[in-house]
Parts: sequence; C-alpha cells; structure tokens
Amino acid sequence: MISLSINGSTQSLGDIDPETPLLWALRDTLGLVGTKYGCGIAQCGACTVHLNGVPVRACQLQVGNLEGQDITTIEGVASADGTLHALQEAWIEHDVPQCGYCQAGQIMSAAALLAANTKPNDDDINAAMAGNICRCGTYTRIVEAIHTAAGKLDQGGTA
Amino acid sequence: MNNLQDGYNDPLDVLGPKQASQLSRREFIKLSGMGAGLALAFVSVPFSKSVAAASEGSEFNLYVQINPDGVIRIYSPNPEVGQGIKTALPMIVAEELDANWDDVVIENSPVSDEYGRQRAGGSRSVPLRWDELRKAGAGVRAMLIEAAAGEWNVPSSEVTTNQSMLIHASSDRRISYGEVANLASELSPPMVDSLKFKAPEEYRLLGTRITGTDNMALVTGKPIFGIDIQLPNMLYASYTKCPTIGGRVVETNLDDIKALPGVVTAFVLEGTAGVPMFDPTGVSITPGVAIVAESTWQSFKARESLQVEWDTSEASSDTWADFVEAAAELRGKEGATVLAEQGNAPRVINDATTKVSSQYNFSFVSHAQLEPQSCVAHWRENIMEVWSTSQAQSLVRGSVASLLDIPKENVIAHQLRGGGGFGRRLNNDYIREAALIAQRVDVPVKLQWSREDDMSFDFFRPGGFYNMQASVDENGKLNAWNSHSIAVSADGKEPNVSAGLRPIDFPREILQHYKHTLTLLPSKTPTGPWRAPSSNSYAFVEQSFMHELAVAAKRDHVEFLVESMGEPKWFREGEDYSLNTGRAVNVIKIAAERAGWGAEQPARRALGLSFYFCHAGHVAEVADVSVDQNKKITVHKVWVVADVGQIINMSGAENLCHGAVIDALSTMMGLEITMTNGRIEQTNFDQYPLLGIVSRPEIDVHFVDSGYSPTGLGEPAFPPLAGAVCNAIYTVTGDRIRSLPIRKSGYTI
Repeated sequence: MISLSINGSTQSLGDIDPETPLLWALRDTLGLVGTKYGCGIAQCGACTVHLNGVPVRACQLQVGNLEGQDITTIEGVASADGTLHALQEAWIEHDVPQCGYCQAGQIMSAAALLAANTKPNDDDINAAMAGNICRCGTYTRIVEAIHTAAGKLDQGGTA
Repeated sequence: MNNLQDGYNDPLDVLGPKQASQLSRREFIKLSGMGAGLALAFVSVPFSKSVAAASEGSEFNLYVQINPDGVIRIYSPNPEVGQGIKTALPMIVAEELDANWDDVVIENSPVSDEYGRQRAGGSRSVPLRWDELRKAGAGVRAMLIEAAAGEWNVPSSEVTTNQSMLIHASSDRRISYGEVANLASELSPPMVDSLKFKAPEEYRLLGTRITGTDNMALVTGKPIFGIDIQLPNMLYASYTKCPTIGGRVVETNLDDIKALPGVVTAFVLEGTAGVPMFDPTGVSITPGVAIVAESTWQSFKARESLQVEWDTSEASSDTWADFVEAAAELRGKEGATVLAEQGNAPRVINDATTKVSSQYNFSFVSHAQLEPQSCVAHWRENIMEVWSTSQAQSLVRGSVASLLDIPKENVIAHQLRGGGGFGRRLNNDYIREAALIAQRVDVPVKLQWSREDDMSFDFFRPGGFYNMQASVDENGKLNAWNSHSIAVSADGKEPNVSAGLRPIDFPREILQHYKHTLTLLPSKTPTGPWRAPSSNSYAFVEQSFMHELAVAAKRDHVEFLVESMGEPKWFREGEDYSLNTGRAVNVIKIAAERAGWGAEQPARRALGLSFYFCHAGHVAEVADVSVDQNKKITVHKVWVVADVGQIINMSGAENLCHGAVIDALSTMMGLEITMTNGRIEQTNFDQYPLLGIVSRPEIDVHFVDSGYSPTGLGEPAFPPLAGAVCNAIYTVTGDRIRSLPIRKSGYTI
C-alpha cells in the first residue's frame, strides 16, 4: 500500500506497482487528470507538478519514492474555497490558452517561480519556463500573464 | 488535378466556399435539420443524454435554448482543437440574438448529421457556418420579439432588443429573454427571408475580445480533453505497430504478455493490407498488437516485454536520403508532366539578361500536437460508443460503422476538446483502432498512444523539392516563370495527400509566360493535411524565390512584390476564395509601413518580407532578424498583417496569429522527420526540438478592416513566416537558404 500527500490530503494508491510514474497514478488511479501526458521523457513539461514546492516532471517520478512528501497538482493551486490563484485569474484575463493542453504545466512552473520571486523579469521568466513547451505558441501571453499575476500578488492578491 | 484549381486542399472538403456563402433557403433548412416547411429549423437537440439532462430550457433550434432564469445555452457544433472555435461560433449566434454574453453558456453539440459539417479543417468552420449561425440567432431574436409584442399587445416592429432584454420604448416596458422564452419557443419560426441581420457597425460582440469559454476548466485542471475521459470499469489499451510502416504481424508472444501484472488480455489485429493512407472515412487498420490492462502504465510497461516478428514485404522502404539524391539529379530540369503552360516561359527565361534558377527543398514534419492520440470506445449490444478528439467528427460514425459492419445509427460519437490538432486529427485511424479493440472487451476501453506511437505513425507533412526558374524584363519586372514540383507519390499517378503544388494562380494570373511541371518520387510514407497544407512549405519556396528575383533585378522587395500583383482584381471573379490583388497589396504595404521598412538597420540586422494567400486569407509578414558570426539568429519582432474579413473574436484571432508565427518559426528552424528503410527516425521531442519560450519574438498583429465576410484564421498566418525570416537572413549575410529546416544549414536560434 502506498499513500501520498496530494494537495494537502492523504491519498491511498492501493497495491500499485511502486515503479508507476506519478503522472499515471494521478491520472488513472486518483482521477486527477489535470496533470497531462505529453512525452513521458521530461521534454515537454505538460506533467509539471510541485514536489515540496519545487516544479518537477511527474512522468519521471516513481510513486514508491514519494511517500511523506508534499505533492501539489493543478487541482490544488486554487484555494480550498475555490478562489483562484492570481496566475489562474491572469491566464483567463489574458486568454492565454489555445488548445490549453500544456497550460496546467505552464501554470505549475509559473507558480513555483512566483513563490520564489515575486517580481520576475523576462529573463527570470524565460529561465523558469524554458522546460514547458507550448505547441500552439502562446508564449507571448504566458509572459504577459505572469507579469500581471506578479503585479497582483505584489499588491496582496491571492497566491 | 483538383488541387491545382483550388486555393486550398483539405481533401475532406466537398462543399465549396462559394456554394456555402450562397446557400438557398431550402439548403439552409436542410442544413438545419428540417426536412420541409417554410421556416427556420425547429428541431430537438438529438439523442445526447448529457445535453438533454443539462437543459431545462426552451429549445428554439439546433443551436439555442433559453432557460426561464435567463441562461442562454448555445451549442457549438465544430471540433475544438485550440483554434478557439467553441467560443467563436456561439459569438456569431449571440450577436444576432442580441444576447448578453454573460447569460451565455456554451456546450459542444452532439455529433449528428443534423449539424452538417462538424469538422475543423481548411480554416473553414467560421466561413461555412457564418450564414447559418447568423440565421439561427436572428431567428430566435425574431421569435422573442413576437412573443413580447403579443404579451404587450403592440406591433412587433415597436419591440427592440438590447443585451437579452426586450424593450417597448414608448410604454417604457422591458422583459427579459428568459421570461418569454417558453412562450416564444411555441411560436412558428419566422421565414428566413424575413430575418433582419445587424450591420457590422451595430455589433456589440463580434470583433471584441472574449476569453475562451473553457479557460476556467483549463486553468483549474478539470477533465475536458479526450485523454481525460474516465468511465466506470474502464480498461486501458496500448497498441504496438511495426516500426517499419506497413509491416504485418507474423508471430508474437501473447501468452507471455497476458501473464504480466495488470494485463487483462492481449491480441493481434490483423489489419488491412499495405501502408496506411490518409483515410478518414474508410476502414483501414494498421496491423498490430493490442494489450489491454488495468492502467495506462501497465499497458505501456507490458510493451517492453512484447516480441513481434514482422513481415515487411509490403511495407514502406522509404529513405529520405534517396529522395534528396533523386531531386539533386533533377536540378535545373523541367518535369516530364506538364501541369500548366501558357506562352513560352522556357524561351523567355533563356533569352533574358536577368534570370534566376534555384532548387528548394523542405523536410517531412510531424504534427506533434501535444496531446497524443487517445480514444475511449465502449461496445455493447451491437452499439459502439466512442469519445474522441477527431477534427472530422461528422465522418467518425460512418467510418466506424463501415469498419464494424453495423448501421451508422448504432455508432454514437462524442466530441471532446483536442490538445492540438494541426490537421492530424482529421484522420480517424486511432478511433477505428479503439473500436476494434473495444469490440473484444466487454467494458469501456481507452486506447492510449504513446508519444513515440504518435510521432512514428503520423500522416506527415510531406517533404518535397522545387526547381524554380524565372526572369525579369529590362525594367526589372517579373516576366516569365517556370516551376517544377518534385513530389512524393504512392501510386505513381498523383502526389500524395498535401504533396501537390498549389495554388498556381500566383503568378500564373499575372504572367503571359508561365509553365509548371511535375515529377513524382515513389514513396509509401503516409502523408496528410498539416496546418495550411502545401502552403506551409510552398510559401517558403515562392516567397524566397520572389526575393531572389527582386535582388537580381536590383529592386526594393516591397516595390517588386506590390508591382507583381498588378491592378486590383480577383484572380477568379466572384470567387471569394481566390486571391484579390488589391487586398494583397494592401496587407503588404501596411506590413511594410508598420515595420518601418526602408529605415536603416543596426549592424547584422535586417527586415525580411513575405506575403502569402491561402485559405481565403491575405497575410503579409515582416521579420526583424539579427544573425551573429556563428549563425545564431535572433528574431526580434514579427509584424503580421492579415485581411481575413470580419474578425469574430479579436482575442482568439490575435492568439492564432501569435501561434502561427511561433509554430512556423519552430518548424523552419529545427523540425524534420526523416526515415530510413521505411522506419521513422525521430520518435520524441528530444529528437524533434519544438521552439521554447526563450526564442519567442515580439509579435505585432494587425487586422485589416476590409468589410468582407469572415474567413478562417487557423492556417493562413503560418505560411509567410519562413520566407520573411530567410529573406532577412539573406539581407544580413548574403546566404540564400533554400532548405528547411535551416538548422541543417548550421543556423541556431
């Protein structure tokens, strides 16, 4: 039996193979499908989640190694009462998505950036977001939305 | 040679744009699902339980339901794959309905013949739905007005609307759409001829910025994509095909596989003979081994133990290097097959003082939409239900029914949001695979392709070659053109899907001396439509070559391009989907002006220009590019100027142009699929480097308000970019790039 701490609550994965990538445990076992499968080899960033606050690729983590660690997925980014994170609000305001498939991963990388750096410049954003591919090409708006969210957080918005 | 006459070649499209924009009332009613009668369709939304359960309101037609509480539910008929159509089409309905957008809830419509062409291809969803959706909205508005007029006992002509409210000004009475919806829905629908449409200056919604209807679900990780479907008792399947495309299964270790953890069953699908071809309506199945397991991971993991002996006797033996060699031998020559000829281009070019002869080529590329193919299928009591992200939803049911030999009525299809499409999902191959696998299992099954499956078993943008020859007269004006397309072909008769040259309207329509020839190279690599088919590669050839000619003629590029268009006219009179030289010149001039064309540039930095017309869109692009001593380029800024008529959603339209620039830059820089002996050599993103955020240029988008009806924008902003960037690189370095991707010529970004 493997149990993981996900979005602040303990989730049992039953008798899952401990080598199962976190990505597939989240999606198939727990039904947390916001974390996306894109490449399986840590090249696209669609499966980005936070492990103890650090952005990581869920396709590369085996669930057997994750007990006792804090995992946050896109489903856990908004507050428990449903209040959106400033990034989520900014993503809607700027109408960032095209297909939207990469955007959960983009927001997870951006959230980790803003947690560590409340006033990122474009170079900071480039560095933090370099591992997240957007096949549709929404990069311009991703950068704009991160700046907008950073501005709101700076004024005491929700993180 | 249909594709020589059209400005596009979505091979699925049978309804031409001209017919669509001129639908008679009878055709409209037929399209709307009403077999006979005088009025706008008044039809129940068909069979989808989820839709029926979700709506308690009054149904007006296929697209509009209004609840007593004022919620206006609009059904969006066409597949959403990132082009923003799920938001854009309801905006058209809501505009003519004069609805308050805050009252509107959007749902995907069911997949049903009543909705006609439920496809995302050819940038045609907006233009082909434009008249129909305006009628749907205006028709409901007329019924609401009539109901309110009846309630108030005043003439209908005295009732106006504003943002979901009905108003009788002289008596100062107001009532909401919701309050009269029940009454209105029971009225006879109005005559289509009696409908009044808004003038563009009256628009409140069209042309404004509306955030995507699914954005809340997307940013909170809600299940919304095809891959997210989970059903009770669902099992998970992988499907392993021969790495050499078209190979068949001879023998495999099924018993070993069935004994692996989580594996429920495993079996071989015999498949159909030969290599797969683009076949969205057909029954072809690529042979392979299905592994059905309790989780995606277990179905993937089991593949590592799979051993298959393949028969590759009928498989592809393509090798990219062979194509390159064959094309090199044809350099400077005409093709044996003459596709078009007027005047005597070879003689004029031969006699000319200033002439250019070049060979261009471009690689095969993969669609690489970020969501790998998946499909959930459930077989029970002779009924097949499928949940898919097809871009050709209206062809799914027929294809699956033919495959399983069951009536089409026994196939239920659901459309889900696709994580990118780019044309890949116009084929329904993976849906047929899922259906065949599900038929062998008594619970729902999700077929999941790996990224490696997705890249290996694509229907690729075909690679190809062009010999280009042309001359200018003593005044530096283009006067003769002789092009030779060297294209892949499986049957030796026609280029493979999307491998043909088109359109040849430019410059044939403006030249007395024009010739175009063709040579076919035998190839079995599957090809298919890829964002702006043929245009996505040919535009680079044409617009780089036009720059070569301008340089040879010592002419300013803008001046040369504008002059080459001649007087303002439609290339084909009365045909909205043909190039209009006036619109072309306009976008070229505006792009040059916005980019500051002609101003002095810093060292090792230059502007490059390109124009292309396809999918009814006229688009000019200017790229501001630096090139350093090590061939590292920086694209500082790209100006996009597009004339696609009326803009529906300004936000979505601008986003599509951003995306087209990034996609085109990504593709021209580094993307290439090669094959050796029929085996695709790139299988994941480590070998297929999509452009990252760091390399993004600033992008300036401008739409020309030309007063024309709207045309699509999924495709036409892609083609001009590569030429613009390469022309700038030439101006900086003197290096004329004639091969894509430019990474092969040593350039990096």
